[in-house]
Amino acid sequence: MNAVYILWKREIIRYFRSRARIVGSLGQPLLFLIALGFGLGPVFQRAGQGNYFEFLGPGVVSMGILFTGIFAGIQIIWDRQFGFLKETLVAPVSRFEIMLGKALGGATVAFMQGVFVFVLTLLLGVRISSLAFLPIALVSMFLIALFFTALGIAIASLFEDMQGFQLVMNFVVQPTFFLSGALFPLSGVPKFLQLIASFDPLSYGVDAVRGAVTGQSHFGMGIDITVLVVLTFTVLAIGSYLFSKIEI
Amino acid sequence: MDPDKNIIDVRDLVKNFKGFTAVDSINFEVKRGDIFAFLGPNGAGKTTTIKMLTTLLGPSSGTIFLNGIDVVKEAEKARKSFGIVFQDPSLDDELTAYENMEFHAILYGIGKTTRTERIKELLNYVELWERRKDLVKTFSGGMKRRLEIARGLLHHPKILFLDEPTSGLDPQTRNHIWDYIKKLNSSEKITVFFTTHYIEEADRYAKDIAIMDHGKIVTKDTPENLKKKTNSKDLEAAFLRLTGTTIRDEEASGIDRLRMRSRVWGGRR
Ligand SMILES: Nc1ncnc2c1ncn2[C@@H]1O[C@H](COP(=O)(O)OP(=O)(O)OP(=O)(O)O)[C@@H](O)[C@H]1O
Ligand SMILES: [Mg+2]
Repeated sequence: MNAVYILWKREIIRYFRSRARIVGSLGQPLLFLIALGFGLGPVFQRAGQGNYFEFLGPGVVSMGILFTGIFAGIQIIWDRQFGFLKETLVAPVSRFEIMLGKALGGATVAFMQGVFVFVLTLLLGVRISSLAFLPIALVSMFLIALFFTALGIAIASLFEDMQGFQLVMNFVVQPTFFLSGALFPLSGVPKFLQLIASFDPLSYGVDAVRGAVTGQSHFGMGIDITVLVVLTFTVLAIGSYLFSKIEI
Repeated sequence: MDPDKNIIDVRDLVKNFKGFTAVDSINFEVKRGDIFAFLGPNGAGKTTTIKMLTTLLGPSSGTIFLNGIDVVKEAEKARKSFGIVFQDPSLDDELTAYENMEFHAILYGIGKTTRTERIKELLNYVELWERRKDLVKTFSGGMKRRLEIARGLLHHPKILFLDEPTSGLDPQTRNHIWDYIKKLNSSEKITVFFTTHYIEEADRYAKDIAIMDHGKIVTKDTPENLKKKTNSKDLEAAFLRLTGTTIRDEEASGIDRLRMRSRVWGGRR
């Protein structure tokens, strides 16, 4: 367990040491909130759909977690490239503990990034419908973080170098975000899009956070959380398997 | 096999990479308490052998015993018995020297009080105590190397593997590092297994030498006998006689490519 702790701690130390990165990665969410939130808000309102900014907020929070989480997982490729992974793999601890420590560390970092974006949305005007649901929002955020960090680790275990990274960004991360219902309500969109979104893990994450913050969810928060928990454990298992196969 | 006498015992060890045999059925043993040099031209298979000895790579076939432990069957147990300094850097540049040491100590399950003492002792030993709070990325190559050696010693290993510990260092630092290694070998009875391309280091410090080429062990002997056998005035001449004078043009491995790219990406950190 000490191994899990120190691997977790390493991620945290590195995160807080790169303040520029923390601030930098708030840029994109901020852009989405301002351009889309304020830009499309009036149209949304006129169509009788209510407050778009409040709808969008949880979507952008989830986006921040998605990007930070995947990136934290993919960092293993860097560790490999800069040699530090060898030091970890040669230690007398199981691969599972190493994977778990990294996943929890990355997830904590992604979660904190999500919290920062969340605070940003509150500052810009999102209201929480009921404080009682706040813990559910936070738990959902952590689950999203853990899921995508573990996914990043699983993906990184398959690649020897950064060439695969662009591929992952274009074919995994971007579609996951844009097709998830983070930006638009899933009720009322064409059936095929609804179908795609229902296979997108982030849809459930966004929906859970949105349900907890605005009080309105598409799938129902019970389903959201169940799906998230099941998916997270599945990808943790797959990730540890792939990670255990890494040879240096 | 006698683990009290031979702390490393390697039998018929083979490693194949997709249709290419990097290590081709080698046999050797290292006596407890020795300083053992593992020499060979670029691409001979030294690092691949060390990776198998230290559980990072699974052998294609053959057996390895370290301190009487079967490395393939009991990898986790075997890992406690050795320390290693890799050929390529393996420190976390974004952490301080102290944090790198602490990370290692906790991974190896060293308790808090022992940990604090031991880290201080070792950082003093390699003369980095004053710099313990600095990020490793601000260190010179020699300082990083010293830190890696200190780290490899934290958990009191029985065997220390050093893959080119002195490459790229100036003569002063190299002598310095060898002073530590010799001191360790005599005071803590640590067996030292090292590779180097500075053949005179093997001549000066090794008790036994194995020379590897094209995945095979060409010869094993003491420095004196090697010189005598080949009728050479120094060990480098003996080495060249045994391994030829052609330059090795091995294929770039995945890791080599990675290394090249890391240079390109290096500027980003
Ligand atoms: N992962 C890998 N996949 C394919 N080939 C590899 C891999 N790792 C090493 N090799 C090849 O195995 C051979 C032995 O490499 P190794 O790194 O063991 O040599 P070495 O003796 O340590 O050389 P050097 O003195 O240059 O460090 C080389 O031809 C190398 O290209
Ligand atoms: Mg080598």
